[in-house]
Amino acid sequence: MRRLIETNGWTIGLGLLLALLLLATRLIQPDFGTSGLDSLARAALPFALATVGMAVVVIAGGIDLSVAAMMAVASVTGAVLMDGASDGQAVLAVIAVLALGLAMGALNGALIVLTRVTDIVVTLAMLFVWQGVALLVLNAPGGGAAPWLRALVAGGITLPGVPAGLTGWLPRGVVFLTAVTALIWLPVARSKLGLMIYAIGSDASAAFRSGVPVGRTRIAAYAIGGLFAALGGLSVTMGTGIGEPIPGPYLLASVAAVVLGGVVLGGGRGGLLGPILAVFVLRTVRMDLTLLSVDPNVAAIVEGTIMVAVVMFGAVLATRGRGA
Amino acid sequence: MTTMTASPLGRLGRLMVDNPLVPLILLLGALIGILALLNPAILSMFWAGNTIKIAIPLAMLAACQTLTMLTGGIDLSVGTVATIAAFVTATLAPLTGVPAAVALALGCAVIVGLANGFGIAICRVHPLIMTLGTALIATGCLLVYQRHVIATGVLIPDVLIWLGTGRSYGLPNSLALFLPFAILIIWAQRRSGFGRLLYAIGANEAAARMSGVRVWQVQFTLYSLSSIIAGVTGLLYLGQIKTASLSLALPLDLPSVAAAVVGGTSIFGGRGGFGGTIVGALILTVMTTMLTLLQMPEGGRRILFGLIILAVTALLVRLTDRS
Amino acid sequence: MPDAAPPTAILDAKGVAKRFGAVQALRDASLKVDRGQVVALMGANGAGKSTFVKILTGVLRPDSGHVRIRGRDSSVASPAGARRSGLVPVYQEPSLIPDLSVADNLRLGDTPADPFRHWAGELGLPDLRPDAMIRSLSLASLRIVDLARALAIEPDVLLLDELTAALPTDLVDRVLRVVRAQADAGRAVIYISHRFTEIAAICDRATVLRDGLTVGDLAIEAGIEERIVELMLGGTVAAATTGTRGARSRATDVPRLRVRGLATGTRLSDVSFDLGKGEVLGVVALEGQGQDELFDVLAGNRRANAGTVEVDGRPAVFTDPADAIAAGLTLVPGDRAQALLMSRPVRENIALPLLARPRRWGAIRMRDEAARVTRAIERLQIDTRAQGEVRRLSGGNQQKVTIARWIARGVQTLLLFDPTRGIDIRTKNQIYALVRDLADQGAAVLFYTSELAEVRLACDRAVVIFNGRAVDVIDAKDADEPTLMRAAYGLSEATGVST
Repeated sequence: MRRLIETNGWTIGLGLLLALLLLATRLIQPDFGTSGLDSLARAALPFALATVGMAVVVIAGGIDLSVAAMMAVASVTGAVLMDGASDGQAVLAVIAVLALGLAMGALNGALIVLTRVTDIVVTLAMLFVWQGVALLVLNAPGGGAAPWLRALVAGGITLPGVPAGLTGWLPRGVVFLTAVTALIWLPVARSKLGLMIYAIGSDASAAFRSGVPVGRTRIAAYAIGGLFAALGGLSVTMGTGIGEPIPGPYLLASVAAVVLGGVVLGGGRGGLLGPILAVFVLRTVRMDLTLLSVDPNVAAIVEGTIMVAVVMFGAVLATRGRGA
Repeated sequence: MTTMTASPLGRLGRLMVDNPLVPLILLLGALIGILALLNPAILSMFWAGNTIKIAIPLAMLAACQTLTMLTGGIDLSVGTVATIAAFVTATLAPLTGVPAAVALALGCAVIVGLANGFGIAICRVHPLIMTLGTALIATGCLLVYQRHVIATGVLIPDVLIWLGTGRSYGLPNSLALFLPFAILIIWAQRRSGFGRLLYAIGANEAAARMSGVRVWQVQFTLYSLSSIIAGVTGLLYLGQIKTASLSLALPLDLPSVAAAVVGGTSIFGGRGGFGGTIVGALILTVMTTMLTLLQMPEGGRRILFGLIILAVTALLVRLTDRS
Repeated sequence: MPDAAPPTAILDAKGVAKRFGAVQALRDASLKVDRGQVVALMGANGAGKSTFVKILTGVLRPDSGHVRIRGRDSSVASPAGARRSGLVPVYQEPSLIPDLSVADNLRLGDTPADPFRHWAGELGLPDLRPDAMIRSLSLASLRIVDLARALAIEPDVLLLDELTAALPTDLVDRVLRVVRAQADAGRAVIYISHRFTEIAAICDRATVLRDGLTVGDLAIEAGIEERIVELMLGGTVAAATTGTRGARSRATDVPRLRVRGLATGTRLSDVSFDLGKGEVLGVVALEGQGQDELFDVLAGNRRANAGTVEVDGRPAVFTDPADAIAAGLTLVPGDRAQALLMSRPVRENIALPLLARPRRWGAIRMRDEAARVTRAIERLQIDTRAQGEVRRLSGGNQQKVTIARWIARGVQTLLLFDPTRGIDIRTKNQIYALVRDLADQGAAVLFYTSELAEVRLACDRAVVIFNGRAVDVIDAKDADEPTLMRAAYGLSEATGVST
């Protein structure tokens, strides 16, 4: 019970930190408003989806180093399929990409289960494989994206009959993120599969002895991770309108956000809200530095230092917690 | 257990676990054989020397991975550290002279190592995250540094060029650096207290602690050592490539992990050694040659690369499980 | 279910064999359990008992032989399959998920909540909260939760593996009563334990394994212990080593270890004792009375809140196990998996403390090391035929390695935390002899044991800890089990034995 409060306390703390940072942004740039939030949400979206996918896998006691590479595969596949396609075809393309994501994740998981090689090694190898696949599909940025898909994450929310001022500030990117995460994760978390994912992350051998099908659960967790990676890849294409075959810096960022979000590496503990908030915290810091017209390279140093410092602080706290 | 009736397969498995060099060398031989079938003309002393020359920086970076992986860690900052050491040396040499430039470059490497050591040993951050993080920060610092020194010009010390590209008696000069290095590491991993402690921490950190080992001392030393090795590798690589670029050794980052893994070092710690890693680095180098020869597109090359790493490790795991 | 239970065996395993690579763990194991019976499954370490259990519970598949439950061939391939056919195990390691609540753990195993609550109450945990995290419970509570969960499923066959090993004595009685009642209600129980008193109390029959074979199936009657020991040891009956220890002449001046008013955490509140050179001081306590914390403080694993520790008259404060070791206090922990480098050879395990300090990080003096390691191995009679990794050794030999490590370094003060838990009788006797030997050579030994009978076998005196306080010090010659039991429950007055 106390742990529950502690975990939630961490998430609440992150929420407060995010609010403070947004307030600071307003102080730095007094006209920061709807459009600023919108660009923040769009920049954060791929990071957030990668982080959610990573978080699910980490909760299940694994890690997926190939998340950024899977995003690249999804991005280029979507962009190639949608290039010049009609809206209807684009829907099919999106479905195909999501299915591809599930399959890639499931393949990662299945290889871990079947070969009995550790997750780090398998997903490191698959990182090369998916990078290669992305390059084979499209060896330079290109392709296209359906306009309606791009509109899904651009601008504010408008509801018929409700004045735009009431809802217009809420970025569609945030709504999109919330919707897909809830749609995929909530049914899982409520079901026995969710329990089993936490169970194998917490203590795989105890889970096995309790009758949990450990292998199948692990594959399911990686498949869900792959699905989110595919969504992340699509969101890259949605944001830029083209497919990106070179994986972005999502691996480190997602691991850092997962840790910052209170998910224990090693599994069994934490949720998805914390990591998502962590992504926005990190993105907001980066945006604030840009608004302060800091040299982007210096901004990268500062951002990295913050990430590392937070992770170090979290690790010290975790060690203290274990010791007490 | 009760009786030891060794089945032939079990005995073979145990042999391979206790001595992974045998299957690795067989694999290397097989790869060279395939290469000979593909293009018989390629096999020559020159080619062999060249392969060794290319494999040496990889093997040295993979030494960092081997040593850290023995404790259950990993060092993903080695490519960045090597790049920084190379870039700093090349850009400072015209200003300060070669010895001072090299000293400053290695100083930069040590700073990264100390940062890694601090995070991992004192704060107990997972090595994968810590070293990725310091690599990110260090890259940022390098970019900022580069803006300020771009005007000074670049000088690559002759010593490094001799070491990196020169040959004596048909063999690359870099062996003069690598052979003592390899002998030292292989000796130290079994016959020095520090080496034994690496295995002990990787096999069971709590047990090591209870036996009186102050684990943080070992880890701090280890990650500093790893960065120094990476820095020296960067200097060697600078002499080999002969250009100072901002992404010089970065492509070696993941292959260095792969070389250690293929060489039979367990990424969870407690098993493996540098001997296997050297063969692993040679295997990866020969493989790259083979793929270039086959004119495989970059994408296909990476896929094959990944699958081979996976297959080799899966095979070794199968064999170790048989015991 | 029919009114009159048919007389056929509810579980019948025959001719079970299993090989792991080079090791033939089981050759021909059989086990028959009837309705209404509690059958003890016994065997020394390495007899193949744990492999047999894994086959019965579906964790492993046998190479040959069959396991029938209720007359049906149960080719169970998974723990879930074994459950479906009516066999529910409770393992030595509780199979509960640490990061889930009690309720979620029940949901995971499809356990009905109401019967679970009933059984938890019956077993002494009436106020267990369903939202309590498993991680926050003590080991004893975990065992009870695990057992209550198994009982709630109403299994036909209950398999209990060293169930009472970490339980306080009061809970042991409750558990034994409940287990017996299960059998009396027509179920069958397979009971695995090293404790003869428990077996005598509740079992109907005992099946004995040796070298992967079932070598005996005996009805429990008075004096059966000798016969069982004989079967387990394979004919060479160990002469009962029950020579009582008289009080030793104690070092008169400064004791090796002087502990005064030691307190830490919530459990250890006030423990004082002196431990002299050449003395073996037993520690007797029910589960969770502060003995874990006492050993942790002495070994440098945690800090004391109050009190002092003096080593050879000098005050000592340990912030790290390395400090304690430097002061000569060396710990053999209760869980040998915690102390061993399973994937490393015996030699590296034993030599580890020799290399710990930075000034020993350089070249190893291989000859000196080999000599020390060999001496330690010979002294402990470790069977190192299984060369290579320590994980290939039997449990008893692994335990010996954890002790040999300190012998090789040179023992001053040895802290033994339940060193004989779950190992075979032969190894136990060797450990008693070794402890005595070390003391005779001037070492001081602090010996916590969960088996009261061991005090007489190994110790000079015993300090009894109850509720975090040292309540009594009893000489070995007076330390019969009833006396110790009363003291451990905090019932006896101080018997006036001077410290």
